[in-house]
Amino acid sequence: MLDLSASAAIAEIEAGDLSAAELFAFYRRRAAEHGGDVEGGGLNCLTWVAEGVADASDGPLAGVPLAVKDLFCTKGVPSQSGSHILQGYRPPYTATAVKRLETAGATLLAKANQDEFAMGSSNENSAFGPALNPWDRGRVPGGSSGGSAAAVAAGLAPWALGTDTGGSIRQPAAMCGIVGLKPTYGAISRYGMIAFASSLDQAGPLTRDVTDAALLLKHMIGRDRCDATSLQFPQEIERPRAERLDGVRLGVPAELQNPGADFAGAEVEPSVRAAFDRALALAQELGASVQEVHLPHAAHALSAYYILSSSEASSNLARFDGVRYGVRATDSTGLLDMYTRTRHDGFGAEVKRRIMLGTYALSSGYYDAYYGRAQRVRTKIAEDFRTAFADVDLIVTPTSANVAFALGEKTADPWSMYLSDFFTVPMSLAGIPAISIPCGLSESSDAVGPHGGGLPVGLQIAGPAFSENRLLDAAHALEQAIGFPEGRARV
Amino acid sequence: MSEGTAGAGPVSADASAAASDSGAALEPVIGLEIHVQLATATKMFCGCELSFGQPPNTRTCPVCLGLPGSLPVANERAVHFGLMIGLALGSQLAPRSIFHRKNYFYPDLPKGYQISQYDEPLCLGGRLGEVRIHRVHLEEDAAKLIHVGESGRIHGSDTSVVDFNRGGTPLAEIVTEPDLRSPEQASEWLRLLRATLRQLGVSDVNMEEGSLRCDANISLRPAGSEELGVKTELKNMNSFRFIERGIRAEIERQREIIESGDTVVQETLHFDPTTRSAGGGAGAITSLRSKEQAHDYRYFPEPDLLPVAIDEAMRQAAREAMSELPAQRAERYRRELKLSADSAQLLAFRSELGDYFEAAHAAHADPSPPAQALANWISGDLAARLGDGEDPAASRVQAPALAALVGLVAAKRVSVGAGRQVLDKLVAEGGEDPAAIVEAQGLASLGGEDELGAIVAAALAANADAAERVRAGNEKAIGPIVGAVMRETKGRADGTEVTRLVHEQLGI
Repeated sequence: MLDLSASAAIAEIEAGDLSAAELFAFYRRRAAEHGGDVEGGGLNCLTWVAEGVADASDGPLAGVPLAVKDLFCTKGVPSQSGSHILQGYRPPYTATAVKRLETAGATLLAKANQDEFAMGSSNENSAFGPALNPWDRGRVPGGSSGGSAAAVAAGLAPWALGTDTGGSIRQPAAMCGIVGLKPTYGAISRYGMIAFASSLDQAGPLTRDVTDAALLLKHMIGRDRCDATSLQFPQEIERPRAERLDGVRLGVPAELQNPGADFAGAEVEPSVRAAFDRALALAQELGASVQEVHLPHAAHALSAYYILSSSEASSNLARFDGVRYGVRATDSTGLLDMYTRTRHDGFGAEVKRRIMLGTYALSSGYYDAYYGRAQRVRTKIAEDFRTAFADVDLIVTPTSANVAFALGEKTADPWSMYLSDFFTVPMSLAGIPAISIPCGLSESSDAVGPHGGGLPVGLQIAGPAFSENRLLDAAHALEQAIGFPEGRARV
Repeated sequence: MSEGTAGAGPVSADASAAASDSGAALEPVIGLEIHVQLATATKMFCGCELSFGQPPNTRTCPVCLGLPGSLPVANERAVHFGLMIGLALGSQLAPRSIFHRKNYFYPDLPKGYQISQYDEPLCLGGRLGEVRIHRVHLEEDAAKLIHVGESGRIHGSDTSVVDFNRGGTPLAEIVTEPDLRSPEQASEWLRLLRATLRQLGVSDVNMEEGSLRCDANISLRPAGSEELGVKTELKNMNSFRFIERGIRAEIERQREIIESGDTVVQETLHFDPTTRSAGGGAGAITSLRSKEQAHDYRYFPEPDLLPVAIDEAMRQAAREAMSELPAQRAERYRRELKLSADSAQLLAFRSELGDYFEAAHAAHADPSPPAQALANWISGDLAARLGDGEDPAASRVQAPALAALVGLVAAKRVSVGAGRQVLDKLVAEGGEDPAAIVEAQGLASLGGEDELGAIVAAALAANADAAERVRAGNEKAIGPIVGAVMRETKGRADGTEVTRLVHEQLGI
């Protein structure tokens, strides 16, 4: 049962060879046993696991269980976005993306650990403590959807839902050796996702393979009257079937290969470079052409991203004031004192850092220099991509410059942590879809996990807005050719 | 918003006695900011119905409670109403406008920001009467805070509770240019605005219930100067009376500061008509916050909403929804019904009076009342007998009954005095037939030699001195004589007829 992808499990259920209840019980037991805290021998990747049995489902997803990142509101089920300030909060409603999957027949198996309010690249900024990478428990699973990625890689859930603001699906997917897709901004409703940065947040699947990613995406997309920024997707999402890449023009952005002195630390480490180059060679064998493209402003994406996302976050997180829900500081002397103490005690250090950064950037007198300029950079980056897509069909990069790093390695240096998003942030700012698929294992001696043979390396493929079908097809063809050992990290 | 009481203590605000004289060299400059609750079916950014006194927190949802993960969706009807307001005020309707977030912390603001408009409002410019409009924009109302305890404010209260029913109600904020020059002018102009909005049907425009709220920006400058002085913003004036009183008090406060050689400090002030100032006058002005304490609202474009794009279809829909506006109505009354300019304006600007007038005029009473007489009775005697601003349609006096009464008076079948007695009865008890009241009470007019001759003669005899003065040409001396006749006839005598008979019997 553990070897079945979600799509394969659905096929077996529909053929009568497997019961949904059996599958749910199987994963429920695994999730409860291995998803819990580290002291109990778990990966600390799941923060809540369903009890009892799932109701029978006759939808196209056939009752296959689903892990959902903590920040999705799930009715009556704890949803605290990895933050202490929402300790014990159980929303009265369910997020649209989750509801659509439930309507399609998915059953809620578990809530997954994450960086607090999705701010982080290692899952270490969580009120629940860090989730561990199943490939090497001394390493981070990436973030912010680290719990979702770890749970899928470890086989504690067939598939999972995450969110991506600047790389929070793609980077943990890469570090855990699974598939992660950030769709076009607006493709999936954000209603019920506890917001980090509204103009960037986007839900997406974390799955064992590209076929599962397409299937999960298919049942989430579409206009939602509760989200004014959601869009009607122009086509159905098809099951990807491509085996070849004949005629596909791949572009490799020069600027992201050589980040320059300002971004020391974002250079691609040799083992990642080697896996990336092998993937490019495979793509050419499958019929693709590879050429260099230019994204002249892409190197500035990281700076613009941290200004914009922190600005929006400083406002989005204002509602956590202790008045209506979540934690409220006791023994305060008045309203201001209550606000101050609640937020001082309720938020973690990284969240407070970004609230301060964003508050500063939006302040009167600084707005134009920071927020305004960052918006202009964002516009330039979107133009860069449009220009590049005139010459190529898809753009490829390593998802992350490095493989999963050690727990605690970057926590003391926020900038080095932020550099983890160097390759993923430009696509987020442009609002375009991008997928990360495993493209091999690292070979450097310092990155060899206990499973032997190195740690997962992710390949990022990006396309123009609403090119998901093309993206998934290309990813599918490469996935077949790469033959990544995806089950190796299962517990 | 009232998040602090720091700063100056109460200052004398009962300035009505002093307002008119001292310091004629200083000219008040007043601009208004008006918040209008729009009468849409649902709230500005969610599907909750608007609340009219429902039990607290029963008209709420994740969106207007600011629950984590919820998102706003703009109310198209509110945009439509906003465009109608813009058209009525002669504003330019922006082809594209955007919502901004106005960030600040307060318990009545569940998201920690208000969704409002900032530098790209829905409507720009315009004019109503003599006042230029600066802009009109859309935003959401805050929730309602109720403070338990003596202070009545958040500081010093035992407990504060929040009712989110009002939170998220659509508001149009109308900002004028500083074109007003006196408290009376401000309140008069606001009545015109209220009549205009009521006519549009976009709001209940009820000041006491808060569906129309007004803040005033006030400064003084040497008369004739073109420069603006330091302004203060005066909040919480929830009736026309308080607007006049509040502005008058603030003008006087600034006048005292300037005349004593000090400078006015830019600050936000709170007018509390219920308290007494230190000087014993009614209505205290207290400082809410100074410029130094002013919020940095960190406005930025609301990323959860798309820009509002106004196309020709939306403009056309707004144009088609427009009804006759007060200025047009006044013109129609003057032209078609030959009302005096004052009457026409009064009825047109107080649309409830205008509506009642039209209903009475359409009643085809027999004898038929002249339009001007009807207008006078409605805006004079009837309005005086009703509460301040009360809609006569909601009173017991039915419009056809009033028309019939005025018809009887105009035909001199009932004297003015007796007519007023009939009106008293209609106000108190209602009734459809004034003629029946006249009959039952014996209020029919007395007139002519037959009925009044002897009474007039007796009055002349009893007031021989007055009679002599009238004969000598002092027409004012006729008062006591007419008064005596009226007393004798219990007001039923027709005044004109009495005067004629007095003159006749005196041989002049």
